[in-house]
Amino acid sequence: MSEMVNVKINGQAVAVPKGSTVLEAAHAANITIPTLCFLKDINEIGACRMCVVEVNEGRGFRVVAACVYPVSEGMEVLTNTPKILDSRKKTMQLLLSDHDRKCLSCVRSKNCELQRLAHDLGIEDDGYYDGITMDYAVDKTAPHMFRDNNKCILCRRCVAACEKTQGIGVIGANDRGFATHIGSAFEKGLGETACVSCGQCIAVCPTGALSETDFTDEVLAAIADPNKKVVVNTAPSVRAGLGECFGMPIGTNVEGKMVAALRRLGFDLVFDTNFAADLTIIEEGTELLTRVQKGGVLPMITSCSPGWVKFCEHYFPDLIPNLSTCKSPQQMFGAIIKTYFAEKMGWDPKDIVCVSIMPCTAKKFEMGRENQAASGYPDIDYALTTRELGRLIDRAGIDFTALPDEKFDDPLGIFSGAGLIFGATGGVMEAALRFAVEKISGDTLPAEKLDFKEVRGTEDIKEASYTVGDLTVKVAVVSGLANARKLMEKVRAGEADYTFIEVMACPGGCVNGGGQPIQPASVRNFTDLRALRAKALYDQDAAMTLRKSQDNPSIQAVYGEYLGEPGGHKAHEILHTSYVARKIHF
Amino acid sequence: MAKKIATIPFQGTPQQEAQLLEVISELKAEQGCLMPIMQKAQEIYGYLPIEVQTIIAEQLNIPLEKVYGVATFYAQFTLSPKGRYRISVCLGTACYVKGAGILLEKLQEKLGIGVGEITPDGKFSLDDCRCVGACGLAPVVMVNDDVYGRLVGQAEEIDEILAKYAD
Repeated sequence: MSEMVNVKINGQAVAVPKGSTVLEAAHAANITIPTLCFLKDINEIGACRMCVVEVNEGRGFRVVAACVYPVSEGMEVLTNTPKILDSRKKTMQLLLSDHDRKCLSCVRSKNCELQRLAHDLGIEDDGYYDGITMDYAVDKTAPHMFRDNNKCILCRRCVAACEKTQGIGVIGANDRGFATHIGSAFEKGLGETACVSCGQCIAVCPTGALSETDFTDEVLAAIADPNKKVVVNTAPSVRAGLGECFGMPIGTNVEGKMVAALRRLGFDLVFDTNFAADLTIIEEGTELLTRVQKGGVLPMITSCSPGWVKFCEHYFPDLIPNLSTCKSPQQMFGAIIKTYFAEKMGWDPKDIVCVSIMPCTAKKFEMGRENQAASGYPDIDYALTTRELGRLIDRAGIDFTALPDEKFDDPLGIFSGAGLIFGATGGVMEAALRFAVEKISGDTLPAEKLDFKEVRGTEDIKEASYTVGDLTVKVAVVSGLANARKLMEKVRAGEADYTFIEVMACPGGCVNGGGQPIQPASVRNFTDLRALRAKALYDQDAAMTLRKSQDNPSIQAVYGEYLGEPGGHKAHEILHTSYVARKIHF
Repeated sequence: MAKKIATIPFQGTPQQEAQLLEVISELKAEQGCLMPIMQKAQEIYGYLPIEVQTIIAEQLNIPLEKVYGVATFYAQFTLSPKGRYRISVCLGTACYVKGAGILLEKLQEKLGIGVGEITPDGKFSLDDCRCVGACGLAPVVMVNDDVYGRLVGQAEEIDEILAKYAD
């Protein structure tokens, strides 16, 4: 038990652990102090001055930044005095004086921290803030997102996410004073930099300055076109996040309502990416066993996370031979729809529009990569984020929370628990182990031995070692690219003797992906989004009877009727891809 | 004001690069070495183009954006090379009151370049600066180390000064 400190907040006594900030103490007393720049652990810079409070440590009241100011014994804190409210309002007025205030057409309207705070502080928009403003061109050079600096408040949360969480640092603050703006070196467009498209910057942006490239209109047009068969597939993590768009508690599993909503939006078939995750396990597991048996390049590293793949190509091109050549589940899904499924249905692949709903922005980059068109047409036509699906549902006037639970369509809506847990860090590894252990030993894994808990949880780097027969497999699981960099430096230096490594670009895996619903800092700073959303997936897996990819009847049918052997010639043509070395600098 | 990025091609020599690499290896181990390295680099090359900043980023194993952020924050760093003749117009209070702002505009017109830029032939570069300590002569313009004071901003006056630097 750590030492406690007694403080009084607005007259209310509260005891908090020593070392807590005033912000944390206030939270413990159920008082929300507004913040704009503060993000726990990664952006503790006390710069925006929105969190100012008055504190008295025996020498009279003075104004401090609550987010970084530590509590002391006997401290009195006032969070709500006229002086404080006036200070916050003035700070807000200064921010708004160089903000474009086009809320009506802003993607973040209703979910904008600046808008919400302006409202709470009693700001009236009556032209009072007109004056000289900076006028920035919107950066649309990256395929997955745009940056509109006219809405940027320079909180630097995106910079911290890029540099600290992901260890990349392709964006930062350029110039100074009134000209200060977030950008890349030599004002290059984001698309020209070694940005990996993970979208973690978008997930932390308090305003509409950063957002994904929106494909909702294109998808609606495809649905309305009678000549198109529009097939949708949903990634595991979407069901664990989508409910947040409609005010449901974090970690609510909305699979049934999501399927119902997609059907009501008019998609011809509603399938599950989990099916393709199962397929990935068979292909990738087979690739791993082949590499182990035939002396291929080890450790083999997963290739499901397109942010990680691009990171590897830019920063560790020498490790490209270690990447599994398997396409990601999204791309495998599209490839199977436009080959096997098209043939089965007698459809021409050119008439199929394959839409995926992803917790991810890098999927928008991935769909346009080379060697991702098994049928001759792109495997995936549109990759939407969870947020875009939320907007489509709103636009269609669907009352999401009142929807009934519905089931995915057959046959590519059938999936195992192994495919489902792909959404959480360690999930791909666990799914692969459920396959590999059975395959190596030749025995059926009993239900009580299906949980590989060593690889679960939100720790940065997890390691485990399993012995099956005379084979010992040493595995590592890492999420967040700053962590991945540390691990890859060890691999590069030959200091790691792993057989298999799972890497997810986003910390905690896809459940915390850059395309998931955006939670404000007031929630992020006090909630482990990763653990809550992951729990939704693990709970569903535990309740399923079909928990191993190799037992999925649709998978067996795809190999039996079409692909032939896992890892065979046809499987390679359709389900595998290639990578390219990329530069870091220009 | 945003800094001007050089548009003329980089002409760094292998000797300059060797000099820079030596400076970096000398200072690299110290904390806070980025600014001193950038200062030395600017001494070597006269400015900090993308090629030079990339060398620094690679050697220090930090993002290029980090170097660029520092280069654009501090007034002492320039992204654009300086001309053989560096023209500085003092915009200190006294000079400004005496019309240095107009003088600066006329020089921009005459040279066809903006503040922080260089003429395509590499001859003149134009900058503004703060007080040069000659307020009694306001408004003041410096060309390299030559000081010109009590200027009135006529076209002939500017032509006369520039003509002195004919080569």
